[in-house]
Amino acid sequence: MTQTDAIDVKYVAHLARMQLSDEEIATFQSQLEHVLVHVRELSELDVEGVEPTAHAVPVHNVFREDAVRPSLDHDRVMANAPQARQGLFMVPQIIE
Amino acid sequence: MSEEYKVSIGLETHVQLKTRSKIWCGCANVFGSEPNVDVCPICLGYPGTMPVLNREAVKLTVLSGLMLGCEINRYSKFDRKSYFYPDMPKNYQISQYDKPLCLGGSVEIEVNGKKKTIRIHRIHLEEDVAKNNHFDGASGVDFNRAGTPLMEIVSEPDLESADEAFAYLQALKQILVYGGVSDCNLEQGNMRCDINCSVRPESQEQLGTKTEIKNMNTFKGVHRSLTYEIKRQIDELRKGGKIYQETRRWDDEQGVTKAMRSKEYAHDYRYFPEPDLMPVVLEEAEIEAWQASLPELPATRRQRFISEYSLPEYDAGVLVAEKAIADYFEQVAELSGNAKAASNWMMTEMMRVLSDRDAEIVDLPITPAALGALIKLVDDKVVNMPGAKTVFAELVEQGGDPQAIVDAKGLAQVSDTAALDAWVEEAIAANPKSVADYQGGKQAALQFLMGQVMKASRGKANPPMVLDALRERLGAAG
Ligand SMILES: [Zn+2]
Repeated sequence: MTQTDAIDVKYVAHLARMQLSDEEIATFQSQLEHVLVHVRELSELDVEGVEPTAHAVPVHNVFREDAVRPSLDHDRVMANAPQARQGLFMVPQIIE
Repeated sequence: MSEEYKVSIGLETHVQLKTRSKIWCGCANVFGSEPNVDVCPICLGYPGTMPVLNREAVKLTVLSGLMLGCEINRYSKFDRKSYFYPDMPKNYQISQYDKPLCLGGSVEIEVNGKKKTIRIHRIHLEEDVAKNNHFDGASGVDFNRAGTPLMEIVSEPDLESADEAFAYLQALKQILVYGGVSDCNLEQGNMRCDINCSVRPESQEQLGTKTEIKNMNTFKGVHRSLTYEIKRQIDELRKGGKIYQETRRWDDEQGVTKAMRSKEYAHDYRYFPEPDLMPVVLEEAEIEAWQASLPELPATRRQRFISEYSLPEYDAGVLVAEKAIADYFEQVAELSGNAKAASNWMMTEMMRVLSDRDAEIVDLPITPAALGALIKLVDDKVVNMPGAKTVFAELVEQGGDPQAIVDAKGLAQVSDTAALDAWVEEAIAANPKSVADYQGGKQAALQFLMGQVMKASRGKANPPMVLDALRERLGAAG
């Protein structure tokens, strides 16, 4: 990441389906840029020869065996559904 | 003269893996339940739930990679693919981005006698999403499918026609079913694919602009949509138009592809490492053990059938197409000690029964041991072919022991010379015209007399002996 990378708060907010006012955008813009400056300090480290990692803890191969366990009772599954029909979660019409 | 065009097609094939439970939770991985019964807070995507990776899903993906000649990544990890859609309430799908389980590999196809290698780019493991049902003015979501282990096989754009795409999918299906990785049942949505298609003038090196056709769930649909889309693109370019990079939907009823309402930022998935799942590190010994457990693949088996059993190429192809049928044939060949007869029975009687009844070979009461024994009875001249076919029909209905059926139905072939002579004399005496015809040079008359003898014996006479006896009595044809 180079120093010129600016964060496009409006775009990121859209990706996260958040609605922000212009004022909020300005506030988050400066706050997030501060965070980025802070994180950029990491780029000063010499990481030559260090393997990239996705996790901070050296743990891998956490598996479960392929065994079926009881699912949740259907009535409890649907208890949080705002609307249900024929056992389905009803949502506003999905348009392709 | 108008310029010719080259076609480049790449397929992203999604295959549901044949595990007992889902990929992150213990809910059953089954098809056809009532809506929202095989679900729990994990596969419903509730906040705060933690996925735990099903070991079998990793194994089946790696097995697929090994069968397709992929390189297996020793280090693999999962990532979140962000998007908003009601089929995925977490608002991200757990998939693999930069460290998939398998890289490279290929599938061999054959179209119109021409063999071709289609390269595979990668195979990664992810979770399937919920299924949407569309109503008038609303949609209903069923999460039974959510969390089914899904393997995505991405091909290189090496396919150059709708026929090749079709052949590729068939070859892929055959291999995956052979390996027991998936049932690849299309009716149940086990195999679905996205198509990337572009055309370019023959003189052009660089690939043309591609369109994507999403969510195809039949091979025939893939073939039809590509036939349409290829023509559409070429026609567009010929008349000076432009192809836009877009996602199109196949309308099966109208037989056309249509541009979907373009989604803003549609492809900004913002992948990042899944913090709730640890990386997968595969040991050499484990991969080697899996490699050793792989079944012989259809193409190899076909070659072996040709060389080991001296089968014609076509017959070998038919017999290996389904693993269960190939296994059955090999058992019959071994038990009967007569591969040629085993192949004949399989190619004719057995295939007819399977297609008439739309049945699976393992569901028929006739066992390989019974068919093997029946072939031996024919070879040992205990029963002739018409008799054997009666026994076969009985075995198909109820199973049982061929010798016992021969005895019970009185089908034993009669090779006793005195008995045969009596029937032969009778046929000759009763059919003087046929005798004269034969002696006058008509070969067909001999067949008729032979038929009379078989009839008199109620099908039990030993046919070669009858023929010999007739020829002996009547002399050579004049
Ligand atoms: Zn679940």
